[in-house]
Amino acid sequence: MDFFKLFSKEDVASKEIAKERLKLILVHDRANVSPKFLEMIKSQLINLISDYIEVEEEGMEVKLTRIKKDEEEEDTTVPALVANIPIKRIKNIARV
Amino acid sequence: MGQVIVITSGKGGVGKTTATANIGTGLAHFMRKRVVMIDTDIGLRNLDVVMGLENRIVYDIVDVVNGECRLKQALIRDKRFDNLYLLPAAQTKDKTAVSPDQMKKLCEQLKEDFDYVLIDSPAGIEQGFKNAIAGAEKAFVITTPEVSAVRDADRVIGLLEAAGFEEPKLIINRIRPDMVKKGDMMDINDILDILAIGLLGVIPEDEKIVISTNRGEPAVVDEMSRAGQAYRNITRRIEGEDVPLMSLDVEPTLFEKIKMFFGFRSKR
Repeated sequence: MDFFKLFSKEDVASKEIAKERLKLILVHDRANVSPKFLEMIKSQLINLISDYIEVEEEGMEVKLTRIKKDEEEEDTTVPALVANIPIKRIKNIARV
Repeated sequence: MGQVIVITSGKGGVGKTTATANIGTGLAHFMRKRVVMIDTDIGLRNLDVVMGLENRIVYDIVDVVNGECRLKQALIRDKRFDNLYLLPAAQTKDKTAVSPDQMKKLCEQLKEDFDYVLIDSPAGIEQGFKNAIAGAEKAFVITTPEVSAVRDADRVIGLLEAAGFEEPKLIINRIRPDMVKKGDMMDINDILDILAIGLLGVIPEDEKIVISTNRGEPAVVDEMSRAGQAYRNITRRIEGEDVPLMSLDVEPTLFEKIKMFFGFRSKR
């Protein structure tokens, strides 16, 4: 254990925070997607799914992020579109 | 036939003008090249001040493209090096006073007479930026190790590549080795990984830059300046020499010496 680390306030070096923030910003910049575009995808997703599943619209989240390319290599990440869709109820029509 | 290089950044205040002045002076003084620097920041000219030539301006770039004077009349010879020239921006007009086509023609003309035509770009990615890159064949992108500056550099690199620039080169300015060592500043490799372009050079933070700007004499000729040394290395790399990056190691602080004495080792 590094005795002198006890005196440092933060555990994570601030450059790591800078790097993470920057990478996420650049995912958005490079993909050139606006919040409006993400909203569009979100409302179309709701339209599509709601025939089968009743979703909780307020809790729904669609965002661009980065995921690990494969489990072993920690450093290689790829941009990903992630949708979080909380389910209220699955409609009968879906249970064929 | 000379080459035309644009120095740009996206974000303001990261050191475009200082870099242009130092690289231009370095190429002229150490490499004995004929160099002309063009300030394309119309309305906010500064390269003349950094070069200490503000009192010699008679005509400017807008006068030249409007045919109100000959190109030779507007070129200002440097006060110390007679193979170094400045074409100043206009201070009272705006960026639309020059068009990309006019810039192209101007650069074509200048590269007949000079080995290097260096274009100091304004901040931003609008008309002024488009003018600055119009006549250039190569691009140097300058950034500092901050999230906002690197983000803007990424945007500019994208625009340069879309405009047909094959390999823009990166200059990382104002690195503070002490902060990098503590993990409180992104280092060279962090930035290169993110931007994925080739590195031209790294300039350490240096008070001498402030002093040299006060005097209007670029730091590249100051033998004692670390930033000056970094710029001298850059001018040699531009001329094709293989110059290793200068060491940015810092002396261990007293506290670190005590730590070492007691056998504690830093994990970083």
